[in-house]
Amino acid sequence: MAQVSIRKVVKEYEGGVQAVKGIDLEIADHEFVVLVGPSGCGKSTTLRMIAGLEEISGGEIAIGGGVVNDIPPRDRDIAMVFQNYALYPHMTVYDNMAFGLMLRKFDKAEIRRRVENAARILDIGMLLDRKPKALSGGQRQRVAMGRAIVRDPKVFLFDEPLSNLDAKLRVQMRTEIKKVHQTVKTTTIYVTHDQIEAMTLADRVVVMNHGVIEQVGPPTELYHRPATKFVAGFIGSPAMNFIPARLEHGSGALNIHLPDNIVLPVPEERRSRYASYAGKEVLFGIRPEHLTEIRPNDHRPNLAPLHLTPEVVEPMGMETLVHIWLQGTEISARIDPAIPAEPGRPLALAADMGQMHLIDPQTDRMI
Amino acid sequence: MSATAASPSAAVPGLGRRIGSLRKERRWALLTAYISLVVAAIVMLAPPFYMLITSLKTSAEISDLSGTPWIVRNPTLDNYWALISDPMFRGFFFNSVKITVCVVAITMVISVFAAFSLARMKFFGSGVLATGVFLTYLVPDTLLFIPLYQIVGNLGLLNSIWGLVLVYPTLTVPFCTWIMIGYFASIPKELDEAALIDGANWMQMLTRIFIPVALPGIIAATIFAFTVSWAAFVYPTAFITRPDEMPLTIGVVSQLIRGDTFAWGQLMAGALLAALPPVIVYAFLMDYYVAGLTAGATKG
Ligand SMILES: Nc1ncnc2c1ncn2[C@@H]1O[C@H](COP(=O)(O)OP(=O)(O)OP(=O)(O)O)[C@@H](O)[C@H]1O
Ligand SMILES: [Mg+2]
Repeated sequence: MAQVSIRKVVKEYEGGVQAVKGIDLEIADHEFVVLVGPSGCGKSTTLRMIAGLEEISGGEIAIGGGVVNDIPPRDRDIAMVFQNYALYPHMTVYDNMAFGLMLRKFDKAEIRRRVENAARILDIGMLLDRKPKALSGGQRQRVAMGRAIVRDPKVFLFDEPLSNLDAKLRVQMRTEIKKVHQTVKTTTIYVTHDQIEAMTLADRVVVMNHGVIEQVGPPTELYHRPATKFVAGFIGSPAMNFIPARLEHGSGALNIHLPDNIVLPVPEERRSRYASYAGKEVLFGIRPEHLTEIRPNDHRPNLAPLHLTPEVVEPMGMETLVHIWLQGTEISARIDPAIPAEPGRPLALAADMGQMHLIDPQTDRMI
Repeated sequence: MSATAASPSAAVPGLGRRIGSLRKERRWALLTAYISLVVAAIVMLAPPFYMLITSLKTSAEISDLSGTPWIVRNPTLDNYWALISDPMFRGFFFNSVKITVCVVAITMVISVFAAFSLARMKFFGSGVLATGVFLTYLVPDTLLFIPLYQIVGNLGLLNSIWGLVLVYPTLTVPFCTWIMIGYFASIPKELDEAALIDGANWMQMLTRIFIPVALPGIIAATIFAFTVSWAAFVYPTAFITRPDEMPLTIGVVSQLIRGDTFAWGQLMAGALLAALPPVIVYAFLMDYYVAGLTAGATKG
């Protein structure tokens, strides 16, 4: 068990590609941290530097207090689960899990005890004599996790461990991983490009983009208080709507002027925060779940009614997604499936202005 | 539901005929394949078969030109006995064995390491080196044996099997390295990384994980090195004139052809005996070679 410190870490591949551009991150003991971001943002590179599989071009990484920059992977006391599992094909499941312990000269009885314990946690006891080729994808995934668990390392590293599984199994294994972490409590760094995985698993989420960290925080904080437009758009599904807008003073209030002459009032408690942007072009952000039908007896404060005409209606069962084009900007709203919605017929919607966001288009940061 | 499942061809008009024509196409493909295979087998096997027939004949029967030469009238193992009981022939055989064992061992040690580093490690000039290895192989050995004769001569190794042990790897190492680079590159890098994280050092990772997984590729290379070394003819012809240092290939030819007298029966018996070890090695290693050992390593 250990904390991990990443200080000003840079990775430059030969040819001058800067994959990681100086990131700082402190991970506490027992913490489950998820690195999330679009493809190519440097997540795997960061993880591989922590594992010691990739040299660090600048800065330093410490595991459990000691700087590990020049320590080979085998002495870092970490375990890693790869996207393609990387099971040893010529060994049985038992030997796959025991291999690391045998190299570390554990005695036979202890190895057996640990492997059987891990097999029990992961429910793969009946597979111990099989070779990896006789396992399903989900079972291979479990064995890969078992190989990490038996070692009882300081840190678990996961690189997109679920992305080769089908959707249903992925959800199941996600729960499994969370359960394992609650059991063994090992510090975990988990890489994924799936923001739902990040939200559900993480104690803290690290959003990366283009080799830098955009924001670090607990899932709910990232959801409610994103720091940048990128984070706001990346976290949450369907993604937040961004609508070009203008902030104007009017009759003692501050209003947001959207295309199609839609005017929405800024809630009173936010006026002072936004006042300096009055008269300027801004980006109005609102999540689809905060753009809903008007409900009877709705007690949410700061609801602003607006009438919009959907062009596409997608019933999802528990909700209906409607897509509206506002002068070239597509926005979506999530409404009750009981509301009759059809393309071309205006809908009475309500924007929950208490959940609105304003973005400075110059800096792409939240105002 | 069950009704439609029972008669799928009825549900989709024309499907039955399509399946029928597919089956017919498949039958044609099989038939063509069999015919070409049989023709190929006959063409390939006729010479060895003729050798076998001849090796079982007495000299008198071989020189008797009446009747078809494709059958034996009085089969005899005399030719084989003559060779096996001849200490010189046994000497040729052991020379070949010594040379081949050494060459295969040297080749595999060098080229497994070379191929691993060229396939896995990026270092200055690794790309150029990999291409260079291949280009080396493209130089024909008929061109190389003259300068090599000089070198081997200067080392005082002419007329010695050790000269051959020195020379053959110049042929086998580049090619074996080259085919193993390709095979090694197809093994997921994560496999060695997992071993390194699990606590292996480089040597343990190589011997416990990488080499077992890469075995089919390594065996293919081994078979090649074995064949080259066992069947080499040009180099021993050029470098060896003393009978007690000759390998089987040139020993048989030089000792059983005296002037223009060919001891055909013994020549054929010797050639067949010489061909036996490769056949045994192939049969023994082929199973490994064909079985893809990487199955199941990754998502599959
Ligand atoms: N060996 C390498 N040599 C050169 N550039 C590399 C190398 N590996 C990765 N890169 C580059 O570094 C950047 C970050 O790669 P990385 O693999 O960390 O992305 P990622 O966030 O894991 O993406 P993904 O979600 O697709 O796995 C990419 O632009 C990639 O092209
Ligand atoms: Mg990646």
